Amino acid sequence: MNKVLMQGNKIIGEAAIRAGCRFYAGYPITPQNELPEYMAENLRKIEGGVFVQSESELAAIHMVIGASAAGARAMTSSSSPGISLKQEGISSLAACELPAVIVNMMRGGPGLGNISPSQGDYLQATKGGGHGDYHIIVLGPASVQEIADLTMDAFDLADEYRTPVMILADGMLGQMMEPVVFKKPKPRNYPEKFMMKGAGGGKSKIIRGLILDPLDMEEHIWKLKRKYQMIAEKECRYELYETNDAELILVAYGTSSRIAKGAIKRLRNEGLRVGLFRPITLWPFPAEGLRELAKKVENFLVFEMSAGQMLEDVLLALKGKARIGFHGRPGGVVPTPAELSNVVLRKYNRKDGLTEIEE
Amino acid sequence: MKKVFGRPLSMKNNPFHYCAGCGHSTAHRLIAEVIDELGIRDITIGLPPAGCAVLAYNYFDVDMIEAQHGRGPATATGLKRILPDRIIFSYQGDGDLAAIGTAESFHAANRGENITVIFINNAVYGMTGGQMAPTSTLGQKTTTSPTGRNTTLDGYPIMMSDVLAMLPGTAYIERCTVTTPANIIKAKKAIRKAFQYQIDGEGFSMVEILSPCPTNWKMSPVEACRWIDEVMTKQFPLGVIKDRPAQEKKREQKGN
Repeated sequence: MNKVLMQGNKIIGEAAIRAGCRFYAGYPITPQNELPEYMAENLRKIEGGVFVQSESELAAIHMVIGASAAGARAMTSSSSPGISLKQEGISSLAACELPAVIVNMMRGGPGLGNISPSQGDYLQATKGGGHGDYHIIVLGPASVQEIADLTMDAFDLADEYRTPVMILADGMLGQMMEPVVFKKPKPRNYPEKFMMKGAGGGKSKIIRGLILDPLDMEEHIWKLKRKYQMIAEKECRYELYETNDAELILVAYGTSSRIAKGAIKRLRNEGLRVGLFRPITLWPFPAEGLRELAKKVENFLVFEMSAGQMLEDVLLALKGKARIGFHGRPGGVVPTPAELSNVVLRKYNRKDGLTEIEE
Repeated sequence: MKKVFGRPLSMKNNPFHYCAGCGHSTAHRLIAEVIDELGIRDITIGLPPAGCAVLAYNYFDVDMIEAQHGRGPATATGLKRILPDRIIFSYQGDGDLAAIGTAESFHAANRGENITVIFINNAVYGMTGGQMAPTSTLGQKTTTSPTGRNTTLDGYPIMMSDVLAMLPGTAYIERCTVTTPANIIKAKKAIRKAFQYQIDGEGFSMVEILSPCPTNWKMSPVEACRWIDEVMTKQFPLGVIKDRPAQEKKREQKGN
């Protein structure tokens, strides 16, 4: 396979097309505009490929619902404020058990915020986001190669579990150029019976999220819950980096995990045994992998480009089992590896060992 | 024996949950009859809205996918673009089409999406208990305009059909009602034409139906029909608002 040098946002487009995505709808917002532009140019060249520039984020996600119901692999993308608008439709996709891929290139918030890379939408993405009892699968790539791989995986996961899947990255990863090799996409395995194409002489179908009887609605939610439990058991992914001899583990995902790796290199040069636990699936959160590490390591430092969101999942996973500290830079600030290594150094070098790492 | 009247094949054998005198039942039946007559039951996909007609999938025996409040034309766009040879209709109320989903309806029309919209205008929010709608008439009393709709406080009734007719993407828009047998026959003809234009690939077609809501208007079914004929049609005149294919045909004939 040929190696290509491409920007993260365009890689998503190319990987999606290779994975069989045939419908894209979106509305312009920085920092992800290269993706819809790529789709406008390239998806329309493909037979049956549809690109629609929608009138709003709301319209885009509801177009995706229609295309997904019609049986197409469908995608939309946006950045933080636009993702808030899409939540109505994401909730519907989850309720109706329709597959779709949603890309969020996060920027600083809340409100209009700014257009700098941020990780402030972690809780929105991983705890549901819209109304009602549901989860979506959330994937957090940390390199352009991983963007390519996870975009393809996102379509497979969406089909397999009939659920929306979000790719949660940020402006930094979207704008970054790195060499990429596209893997061979798997053949699609999505039963015709879930597609809505007209009754065709048979029994007519209904796709709906409205279930007026509370007992029936409850049953539907428990059914979704069982699906989520299965996903949590089977789909957790994470990366361990320099953890074998580590006395302190940084926990970071996406862009902040890259900064963490830079900091770890510096710290190791100075003889400090620091490693990284990097969740790749943000929901389901790989709590088990983290707990496994806590059997050997006492000290964890969560590092995010937010005021402390994934921190909650780490606390849930490790509370009472390890000491957990936090360093965060919200609002679109991208800290340097030097800054992070200084933070770790301060904590690591406390005379009384590592006990001073606090929340 | 010859059967002269029965349930349309595109209609399930379920009793309607609609109130006595409600226009939805009549509109449903007309759509189902048209689907039967055009022989498109097997390739039709309908989108019920939020509101009283949310349960329309219990009545239409065609594939149905629920749309969130106002988003029918967006979801219909996704369906139609992937399945251009299927017949897609979006069934929407006035709050749906003229308030919360104005953008989706306006832009689907402007893109000339080859879909059919059935627009039920009953000048109130029915399901939620009779609040003021964007199409409530001036002076109309509702639960949120208790002293009557007042232009200073509440603005004016929106004439969405007329607004959408100005867009080049729309092919056909007609306003009808279901208050008398003659009006019902006219409404059916309009619905049939709208679906036919979609089959012919003419673009966005819409039939607005002024529809009685006796429960929320606090009238008897007969009074409700009379109110449409005497009051509502003054604000929303009946008739063809736009018929681009017919105009084009006329022009062609003149040219010859």
